[in-house]
Amino acid sequence: MTLAQPETRTVIVEREVPFPPERLWRALTQPHLIEEWLMKNDFSPVVGHRFNLRGGWGGVLDCEVLAVEPNRTLAYTWNFTHDDAAYDLRSVVTFTLTPTPAGTHLRMEQSGFRPDQPQAYGGAKVGWRQFFAKLEQVLARAD
Amino acid sequence: MEQAHEILFRTLADPTRRAIFERLCREGDQTVGALTAQAGVSQPAVSKHLGVLKQAGLVRDRPQGRQTHYSAQLGALAPLVDWTHRMEGFWEDRFDDLEDLLKRMDQ
Repeated sequence: MTLAQPETRTVIVEREVPFPPERLWRALTQPHLIEEWLMKNDFSPVVGHRFNLRGGWGGVLDCEVLAVEPNRTLAYTWNFTHDDAAYDLRSVVTFTLTPTPAGTHLRMEQSGFRPDQPQAYGGAKVGWRQFFAKLEQVLARAD
Repeated sequence: MEQAHEILFRTLADPTRRAIFERLCREGDQTVGALTAQAGVSQPAVSKHLGVLKQAGLVRDRPQGRQTHYSAQLGALAPLVDWTHRMEGFWEDRFDDLEDLLKRMDQ
């Protein structure tokens, strides 16, 4: 039934940078560099590594590395647990680096699962948790 | 089921309808007569637009005597200000900082 289905949303932000993928990769994977442009973290480029991103606003994101392909692809979960479903978020962030003649094309895709209106999507929370569990199984099998 | 934001986009895609909604947002409660005076279309057309806006949850009607007063329901716009928009802004800002960092980094 459609009412129990979660809303799936994707955000894509792309940028051309005049630097080689190797330099970009360092900025995406070295904790002290990540902190400079994103958030404080205990990141490590190892699949399965769990880490936190700590925002300046005091929020803490729970993350797990899902994919590491040096200089090409980096993916991790980007989860924010909140009692209020309006703020609760389960998502996956994927960075894709493609070399170009002038440098690198950086693509960030964030796919999330969150009921937009908790009251209208009763039970959706359970729905997307199950969906995510399935996604994790798929990802585990893909290893 | 059609998503809330799709209904809102479709409802507000019509310029006449959008103008009526904007006017209700700016000026508060209005009757069909008052809205018609400035809408540039006939009263039945305005009534029809108000009906569509009401169905989308964007306006509420309140009978008062012989007149019906319409008011804008700003809360109905909430699905449009969803996390995708916020996240887009977030990543654009972060990438600005990332570019600054890349310039500063050693080879």
